[in-house]
Amino acid sequence: MSLLTVREIHGGYGGEDILKGVSMTVDAGEMVVIVGPNGAGKSTAMKAVFGLARLRAGEVVFDSQKITNFRPDRVVHLGVSYVPQENNVFPSLTVHENLEMGAFILSGDLSARFERIYELFPPLKEKRRQPAGALSGGQRQMVAMGRALMLDPKLLLLDEPTAGLSPRFVELIFDRIREINAQGVSILMVEQNARAALQLAHRGYVLVVGRNRVEDTGAALLANREVAEMFLGG
Amino acid sequence: MEILQLALFGLVLGGIISLGAIGVSLLFGILRFAHFAHGDLMTVGAYAALALVAVGWPLWAAFPVAVLAGILVALAVDALIYRRLRRTAPVILLISSVGVALILRSLIQIIWGADTQVYDQALQFPLRFWGLRLKLNQLYILLGSVGLVMLVHVFLQYTKLGKAMRAMADNPDLAKLSGINTERVILYTWCLGAGLAVAAGIFLGVDTRLQPTMGWHLLLPVFAATILGGIGKPYGAIVGGMVVGLASELSTVVLPPAYKTAVAFAIMVVMLIVKPSGLFGGGKR
Amino acid sequence: MELQGFIDYGVFFITFTGIYAIFALGLNVQWGFTGLFNIGVAAFWAVGSYTTAIVTSAPNEVYLGGFGLPVALGWVAAMVTSGILAFLVGILTLRLREDYLAIASIGIAEIVRLVFKNEEWLTNGVRGIAGVPRPLEGWLGSGDGLFRVYLVLVVGLVVLLYFLLERARRSPWGRVLRAVREDEAAASACGKSIVSFRLQAFVAGSMIMGLGGAVYANFVGFVSPEAFDPMYATFLVWVMLIAGGSGNNGGAILGCFIIWVIWSGTELLINLYMPPELIARGSALRLLLVGVLLEVILLTRPAGLLPEPRTGDR
Repeated sequence: MSLLTVREIHGGYGGEDILKGVSMTVDAGEMVVIVGPNGAGKSTAMKAVFGLARLRAGEVVFDSQKITNFRPDRVVHLGVSYVPQENNVFPSLTVHENLEMGAFILSGDLSARFERIYELFPPLKEKRRQPAGALSGGQRQMVAMGRALMLDPKLLLLDEPTAGLSPRFVELIFDRIREINAQGVSILMVEQNARAALQLAHRGYVLVVGRNRVEDTGAALLANREVAEMFLGG
Repeated sequence: MEILQLALFGLVLGGIISLGAIGVSLLFGILRFAHFAHGDLMTVGAYAALALVAVGWPLWAAFPVAVLAGILVALAVDALIYRRLRRTAPVILLISSVGVALILRSLIQIIWGADTQVYDQALQFPLRFWGLRLKLNQLYILLGSVGLVMLVHVFLQYTKLGKAMRAMADNPDLAKLSGINTERVILYTWCLGAGLAVAAGIFLGVDTRLQPTMGWHLLLPVFAATILGGIGKPYGAIVGGMVVGLASELSTVVLPPAYKTAVAFAIMVVMLIVKPSGLFGGGKR
Repeated sequence: MELQGFIDYGVFFITFTGIYAIFALGLNVQWGFTGLFNIGVAAFWAVGSYTTAIVTSAPNEVYLGGFGLPVALGWVAAMVTSGILAFLVGILTLRLREDYLAIASIGIAEIVRLVFKNEEWLTNGVRGIAGVPRPLEGWLGSGDGLFRVYLVLVVGLVVLLYFLLERARRSPWGRVLRAVREDEAAASACGKSIVSFRLQAFVAGSMIMGLGGAVYANFVGFVSPEAFDPMYATFLVWVMLIAGGSGNNGGAILGCFIIWVIWSGTELLINLYMPPELIARGSALRLLLVGVLLEVILLTRPAGLLPEPRTGDR
């Protein structure tokens, strides 16, 4: 039984359907990547899991529970965390406070959690009293991911984590994503940097204009001529 | 010397404006609308205190009760009106808050009439120091403003709810998907905003006098302070308030006193044209 | 009340409704067509009133003007000055988001009020300008006939504006304004300059409001900063438009009528039944009523009585 099952979802943001029958699964411990050309609905598909898009049809099942169209604050409580592509930190809060917000619904002593995050993202530890808005893009991305990890989610949704980052940070972020996955967090990720993402991932889905096109293991997709022709360059 | 004296008055006025602006800024950042009834919340607070003073309470005792009354009014208005309109366009919320402003003002005028009132008839002799004059009441206002601002600071920096409030003012969408209990934060924001507004209203009544339009006339400077400091930035609002207060008072060196609010307005327009996100804003619209 | 008094009251009533209708129609161009939230209606009312007062009243030594020119010129001048003010305000603020425009418009209204109150060389300050002539006063003399002529004039003006604005609403210009209101991104993608169109709507609407102010001044015969509370005026016009139906010219007029009935009706009741010392509170009660009415409308039927007509058709 997969951790996450998305079955034939149709929907979007209220107007025309962006998703026209997308299906995906993520098994416990897997890293799954969604790739595809612009406008394919990749982000929308992932947002739909988190309740940020309206689904007209189809269903989303997480941890054996139907969560179709559940509001984001409900989904968060069930063990899914989401990192948006932009505006993903609280700029006037310090790094530490950003992490604190991630754990808002918890109480008690959270120092162990903070330690884990700082171990995962060492540069954040020394900057923990700085406002998140003053950090570089790559460091902000780390804060954003750290915030999402504070609740120990079972599934982490990442929306283009390396978008707009310098090559050094791209490598660093991908490395951290690999580490997070190795620690047992399942990951569903949308990435424009398809080549690099597929090298890391267990499996990948290629979406084109709101529909599934190809589905295979990461390695197989990389070797796939059709996929390479379509858009691999990014 | 006159400049220093005016600056002193400016600090008193600035303190009052800041207290109003903190609330407006937070509400603007979190709920994304300009709360046009905030001035009249101040008026409600001032008159609530007056009601108690009129039956013999000392003002300092009436103060917390008036704060409570103001909070209740704000929560009632939110529950009855604003909450139901939140899903519609922000401009509708704006219009409704103009309506609420007029409703509150009218209620006060119905109950107390349009004449001016004071808390205390006694004449106050000003304190004198370093060649400056300051009425005792004004000293209380200054101390009160500073004290309240410090309380707000402690709340925003050291409590989970305060941090969540700053977070929501920064980025309401992210707050929602982080699992922050946004409804509870909104509730507390109203409480904080209304409480500070009541304080500002009482201080204003102490410094000048009470009349039904007192809060409405302060609304423009409060908005100017909010925009100057950056929407959703409570600390910016404090700075903004002080700047507006100082500028308004100091302007009387060259302008007739009647144009004090014009100064606030001018500051605001310049800000809107040059950097709408405010002095401390991060460019978020 | 005997019949004559009743008729006179009716004449005044309809005339005032008509004057408010002019404002509501102007606001409709700004809010209904283009989505601009202008709370500074009072500013243009004041500018229009004072302009015509200065242009048409008799010469004097205390303040500027009293040029003694014909009323029609006064009205044209009022539209011009309002248009200029709107243009200046507009280029500063119309590229901003709507709540900023709202705040700025309150600021404008306040500045205008302060200037008119304090600049005695211009406006005779708090004392105001009296003796503003009524149109055709020279021919008809004062008296009832004059007011009835005025009534016809005002009603005629409203009808004229209605037809002009209906044509404007259905014209390509009107369509662009609607596009700007609904979906800025799409409108600018079509190559239309958002700011330019907003400015046109803002200036046009404000000129109409200025006209309304002028019509008011020449009717009442007296302008002063205290003669009416600017916020009453602004607020009433807004409620009239919202109640009647934003975006709908007929709705604007209908809203004026209904709200004016309520406003005047309550004034009558209060004057008849309340003891004199409470009358000031009575007017606050009327305002309270209108405020509550506004909230009820926003909560239950925000589109107003007459909905906006579907694009393109009648």
